[in-house]
Formats: sequence, structure tokens, C-alpha cells
Amino acid sequence: MRIVNRHPSSPMRWILGLLPFILLLLVYMAASEARLAENANDKLLPGITKMADAIQRLAFEPSKRTGEYLFWQDTASSLTRLAMGVGISALIGLIIGLGNGAVPLMRAKLSPLVVAISLIPPMAILPVLFIIFGLGELSKVVLIVIGIAPFIIRDMQARTLDIPSEQLIKAQTLSANSWQLIQRVLLPQLLPRLLDAVRLSLGSAWLFLIAAEAIAATDGLGYRIFLVRRYMSMDVILPYVFWITLLAFLIDWGLRLISKKAFPWYHSQQSQGGQS
Amino acid sequence: MKIKATALALLLLASPASFAKDNFKICWSIYVGWMPWHYGEAEGIVNKWADKYDIEIDVVQINDYVESINQYTAGAFDGCTMTNMDALTIPAAGGVDSTALIVGDFSNGNDGVVLKNGASLADIKGQQVNLVELSVSHYLLARGLSTVGLSEKDIKVVNTSDADLVAAFTTPDVTAVTTWNPLLSEITTMPNAAKVFDSSQIPGEIIDLLVVNTETLKANPAFGKALVGAWYEIMGVMSADGEAGEKARYAMGMASGTNLKGYEAQLASTKMFYTPASAVEFTTSAQLKDTMKYVAEFSFEHGLLGDGAADATFIGIETPAGVYGDASNIQFRFDPSYMQMAAEGKIKL
Repeated sequence: MRIVNRHPSSPMRWILGLLPFILLLLVYMAASEARLAENANDKLLPGITKMADAIQRLAFEPSKRTGEYLFWQDTASSLTRLAMGVGISALIGLIIGLGNGAVPLMRAKLSPLVVAISLIPPMAILPVLFIIFGLGELSKVVLIVIGIAPFIIRDMQARTLDIPSEQLIKAQTLSANSWQLIQRVLLPQLLPRLLDAVRLSLGSAWLFLIAAEAIAATDGLGYRIFLVRRYMSMDVILPYVFWITLLAFLIDWGLRLISKKAFPWYHSQQSQGGQS
Repeated sequence: MKIKATALALLLLASPASFAKDNFKICWSIYVGWMPWHYGEAEGIVNKWADKYDIEIDVVQINDYVESINQYTAGAFDGCTMTNMDALTIPAAGGVDSTALIVGDFSNGNDGVVLKNGASLADIKGQQVNLVELSVSHYLLARGLSTVGLSEKDIKVVNTSDADLVAAFTTPDVTAVTTWNPLLSEITTMPNAAKVFDSSQIPGEIIDLLVVNTETLKANPAFGKALVGAWYEIMGVMSADGEAGEKARYAMGMASGTNLKGYEAQLASTKMFYTPASAVEFTTSAQLKDTMKYVAEFSFEHGLLGDGAADATFIGIETPAGVYGDASNIQFRFDPSYMQMAAEGKIKL
């Protein structure tokens, strides 16, 4: 059989998928052991047990200074900020994107502005954001919103314009008014696409969250990483990076699940087109 | 895949060679007391001394201070500029036995606490303080608080990137900051800003050093001699009155992003040891051991000495006045012997 036609069986696929991860882990462990053999206090590549100790200390023992469980406190703060930033962005994206797509008069006014704003690199105007919004929670959420909302707006606008005009004409022949068109024809079709856009922008949202926490904060996953970076505590940094990756994966997976449950018609359309 | 993995493993295994060699790399970052390294490199003074001992010394500028220390700790450099506290908490706590080869200066007002509303340090009680957490600013604040009977529990520390501190001070919710120059002088010129405590009130505690790997230095005395020789030649030039000294200070000021006047203002709040004899006198004094005790205690209380540390004396610190901490685990040494040689005129071109 030709190799291009050979598909791995289901358990084989799992094994093949895990193989690179196991190899990476082995390479890390070998390198870490070699460095530790030379210098038992080496901070660059801490052993697995050292990282487990660090997490044990941060997650299950109250902090000596504040009495809080730092790991969970960091996770809760970061997830709150992320949820607020992404939630607000999704809402803005849906309202303005849908409005721009559906109402030509609104599009003519707002579309160029949205494009211009989406081109400003948010990190470049960070000092300005601080002065306007302060250094507190607000500026962290605002950074995420400025970072991803324009992207979602533009995507929503394009997806609205993608909807075949026949549908709109048909609804109008059935005497639908503008509001009914938006509410009954466009909105239901846009919601699964909004979830798609949110999933795609989550990576950037995390980036802006970590950047904001690195600059001024008293807690959060990004805060902790940049704090312990000051004394090169890789035993804290590496598990935190792993945890962030896991959280990001779970959020993405959760959104996909919601989308599949809530909009089965959308996913059956997609699979006909050959996408997953 | 296999080749890549092997290459990756080799890369990760790379560690400093501790045996005799003739190529060395040191790193530095922008700070008033370290600009001489830039000048020495640009004017060929470092090269001249390296040639004399038949070795090569690369002087590399790194823009991010903490990153430069991390690079040194990971083994990418044989020496690097840092403060006494960072030398203890990053390389020494990481098991890289380090020696303070050159004691260049101490901060004598270069680090300070600034309040918006308040005339004295005691007014800081209950405020949020924006600073680079776990840095010498944090140490200065802790030392300051102890002088007015307060502790860190009486305030709230907010970790803020040094790059954003000046902009942060202009926002209404920031009322107190602790930082270093040139940011400090920028902030104190703002309206309502009152400097209530600075490092001249704890003189000699925030020390700027050139730290080198102890094993490398032991195996290569020429490396130490060349660096010390070059350093005191530069010191001689920059401390000179008249045109030559001014030209050197102008070059250092421009390279650090200010001008002659700005640089000389920063020098005024820095106690430079222009002569090797003054550096030796400072290093051999009994005060240095007490200072390192404060620094070790602060570092332990903030968890900077690592998990293995049961108390502040976990890491041994060797000073000419005696060892502080565990004598069987000495990782940080003040060694005045090279500066002493320079003072006695034994290191000459």
C-alpha cells in the first residue's frame, strides 16, 4: 500500500501523538541530570522533583508572608482578567461587527476607524494606556480589549457580509423589518462564528494578559513568572508555563464543545467542507 | 529528530569551562558605575591589557540587567556587573561560586523612596508602593522602613517594571515609588514629589561589583589581572580634572543616554572608588560583613536563597573581615587580592 494511503489505527494515533512529547521530556531530563551532576544547585534546568516541590509549596502551602495559596490566587486573578477582557471584546465584536456588516450606513462610518485601530500595536501605546486607565485592574482588561476586539469586529463584519444576500431578500419578501433581519437571520448564523473568532484570538489575549501582568501587578500567572525571573527560578517558571498551556487548551476545548452542542448545524456544514 | 534532539541536548549541556583558557567574555548593563566598561572597550583599554597577558576579553553590553546576570549564571559569561544583593541571590544561590573581583562603587543616593503626599518616610504607612519587587529598591525600602519602626506589613508592594515607573508616577493611583537613577532624578523633578529616603542613609550597603566565576579566576589569574589593570586605568582617566577626564565622562554620559551634566549628577550620588587603595579599604572593613548579613537576611525572608535554605546563613559569604554564614558552603567571595596588587603597583603595563 502507498504510504499516503496508510492511516494509523486509533490507539496507534495516540501513541504516535504522544511520542514527540515523551522524547522532549527524556531530552530535558537527560540534560537536566547532566547539569545537576556538575552543580547540584543549578537553576537553569531544574529536575522534575524540584519543580514538583515548588508547585507543592505554591499550591498547597499557605504563603509565609500573606497566608494565601499563591498558585490558586494567581490562577484565579489571571482567569478573571482574561474572562473579562475576552468577554467584553466578544460583546463589542458582535455588536459592532454585526452592525457594520448589516447596516451599510454604519459600515461607511465605522469600518475605516476599526481598521485603523486594529493596526495600532497595543504594546506601543502602553504608556498612554497607563496614564489614562491607571495601573490597576482596568488597564489590564483594557489592554486585552484593545488587543483583540478590533480583530473580532473585523471578522464578524466579514462573516456578516458572507451571508448570501438571497437569504436577506427572501426574509424581506416575507415582510421582515431591519431589526427582525438582524435578530432572526443574521445573529443565529453569527454566534458559532463568534465562538470561532474568540478561539482564534485567545492566544493573543493570553499574550496581552501576561504582558500587562509583567508590567504592574500584585498577583497573576504572568506576575509570578516575571517576579521569580528576577532570581532565575526555573523550577517555578516551567510549571507555570505548562499550567498556562493546559488552561489555554482547556478553554479552547471547552469553547469548541459549547459550539458543537449549541450549533450542531454549523459543525455538520463544516465537516461537509472537510474541516474539523 | 534524533540529530535535532542530540543537538538540543548538547546545547543544554553547555556549561562554563573551568580550566585554563585564553578567551573570556564579560557582560555589563547600563548603570552609572558600569559605564567605564563601555569606555574601556570603545577606547581599546581592555584590549590593551588583555594583549599584555596574552588573552582575549570580550566586553558585551546587555540591555536587560536581570537577563545579563541570568546569562552569567547559566555559564554564557565568565564575569558580569551586578550588585552585591543580586550576586548573592542569583549566581551564588544557583550554586555558581562567584567572586567580587572589582568593588567599583556604592550607591550614595542613587536609589530612593519618593512620596507624592507626605514629607517623611513614616507617611508611607498604608500606601501602595510601586517598585521592582525583589530588587535592590525593595531592599532599600525594607531597610528604610526599619529605620522608622515600620515593616513591609504596613505597606503594599506592587511589582512594576522599571521601564514604566516614570509614566506610572504621573497617574493618580500611584502615590509612592522606590527606584534608582536615572529614573529617580526624573521622578523627583515632578510636582508634589518628595524624596523621603535614599541610599545615602544606608551608605555602603548597595554595592556595585564586577563578579567573576571563582573557578575561572583561580585557573586564570591573568584574566583577573587584566581586568583590574584595565579598570584602574579607566578610573584614572575618568576621575582626572581637565579636558581628558571631561571627555571620558562625556563619552560615558552619551552612551548611557544622557549628557555630561546628567552623568556628573549621577556620579555625585555614587561613591566611586577611583583608586584601588580606597576599594581595598572598603572591602576589608568590618562593615562589609554586617552589610552582607542584612542582605542575606532580607533575601532569606523573601525566599531568594532557594528551597534548601533553612535560614539566612545557608550560603557562606567570604569577606576579608570573616565569613558570614555556612563556611562549608561558600558561594560568594569578596577577594581584594587583585585590587591590592593594583594598589601596590604590582599590576603594570
